Amino acid sequence: MLDRAPQGTQDEITPRPVAFRGAGFTPSAGRYSGWIALILVIAFWQLAGSAGWVNALFLPPPSAIAVAIYKLALSGALWQHLSWSVMRIGSGWILGTAAGVIVGFGIGLSTLARGVGITFISALFPIPKIALLPLLILWLGIGEEPKIATIALGVFFSTAISVYSGVDAVPRNLIRMAQSFNVPFHLIVRRVIWPGALPSILAGFRITASVALLLVVSAEMIGAQYGIGAFVLQAGNLMQTDQLLAGVVILSVFGLVVGKGINLLEARLLHWR
Amino acid sequence: MDLIAGHISHRFGTLDVLDNVSFTVRAGEVVAIVGPSGCGKSTLLSILGGLLRPSGGQAELRGAPPAGSLNPLTFVFQDFALLPWCTVEANVEFPLVHTALGISERRAVIDDALRRTGLTDFRGAYPKQLSGGMRQRVGIARALAVRPAILLMDEPLSALDSQTRELLMEDFIRLLADGSMGAVYVTHNLEEAVRLADRIVVLSRRPGRVREVVTIPMTRDERGDINARGKLLAIQNDLWSLIREEAIDAEREVQHA
Repeated sequence: MLDRAPQGTQDEITPRPVAFRGAGFTPSAGRYSGWIALILVIAFWQLAGSAGWVNALFLPPPSAIAVAIYKLALSGALWQHLSWSVMRIGSGWILGTAAGVIVGFGIGLSTLARGVGITFISALFPIPKIALLPLLILWLGIGEEPKIATIALGVFFSTAISVYSGVDAVPRNLIRMAQSFNVPFHLIVRRVIWPGALPSILAGFRITASVALLLVVSAEMIGAQYGIGAFVLQAGNLMQTDQLLAGVVILSVFGLVVGKGINLLEARLLHWR
Repeated sequence: MDLIAGHISHRFGTLDVLDNVSFTVRAGEVVAIVGPSGCGKSTLLSILGGLLRPSGGQAELRGAPPAGSLNPLTFVFQDFALLPWCTVEANVEFPLVHTALGISERRAVIDDALRRTGLTDFRGAYPKQLSGGMRQRVGIARALAVRPAILLMDEPLSALDSQTRELLMEDFIRLLADGSMGAVYVTHNLEEAVRLADRIVVLSRRPGRVREVVTIPMTRDERGDINARGKLLAIQNDLWSLIREEAIDAEREVQHA
């Protein structure tokens, strides 16, 4: 039987638009919504502090934290603590990254290195690196070396994994193409594998930057006189919560700055994507 | 320079892919390889180009490559295989970087390859900015830059729409017209094979064996003539009748794999 429309009333004959059903499932980050939400939270926090809804000893208002940061900056203590932390993060990150890139490329390019390296990395990666700090203090003394070594270890494993994953992800057809033109091994590594693995390597940098920040604070809390971690711990012990949160804000800003730096690096090096 | 497939056999694990395939591509000759899906056409091309070691037999070259050839056997890939982080110009330059060419000579070679493929105005573009057809032109320009004796083309048009295919086919015919370059052209498209090849090697279903070698009895120039169309269509139909039954079996095999 034919599904024929009956010759009916005017309503049935008048064309009507097809209902749109394709909305949603395409979230996009609003340009200002995040900042507006942040400002609203800070404003509410300030209001809660000023109105006496929360005890300032346990949660000082943002204005008190801002004053604490200002005083720290004026006294020079902020720069002293920050410079120690930056030195430790910088040294540990560079050492861990250099070793991780070398080992990651080795695993990505050599059958022998892959067999040995992946076994060791799988076994050692899950160990919380901060747990090794006492051992590293025994081995390296109580100076800067064990803290830097802890950070380097934490950075090394994540970097090695992201590098060999990146090397594995380089399309094989590009390598075969280079081989078909008799391009020598070192040029294939430099001009095909390195740029091909770079997105994964830079994504790894983002992770290792936060790992380094986490480890520097932990290491400084365990055994340091100066550094943001040591400062936060001292402030906590003295119930100076405005100072404590000032340290936390500084860490947050530091993390943001590093993240922005990596964004810039990605925009510069991965513009072809 | 001739390229000889000498009793080539290949197996992947327990799967026999090619069985005793032999033929010769003479200097300047275009040989198409056709056959049902999975008959080992692309595997054979990889073996011929030295990218895959055969389980049996070997690929051989006879005679000297043409003077100035930097890479006598040069691939043109189905998926273009362009470096996405390099501009068109840098992609064409890529196979020249390790050669003994001086900078000015290299510039001249790149300019010539870009001009022959109509890419001069796109030399600063990145692959992501180009259409599929233009990307394949970059792949062809890169191949021309090393002055090959034989192009090894692995379904170079299969990733493109029909209009772009037609335009690039015209480019291939033009580039191969003077006979200075030969080609092995792997395709599943019989029309392309009939239009471009001097001879067509028909492979059987897996394991691929040479089932027949069909010679096209007219030059590529003559094939452009309207009167030749009927004859070409008849050859195409003959080829299809050779392949059809096995293509059906191969398709069922793939579906049930």
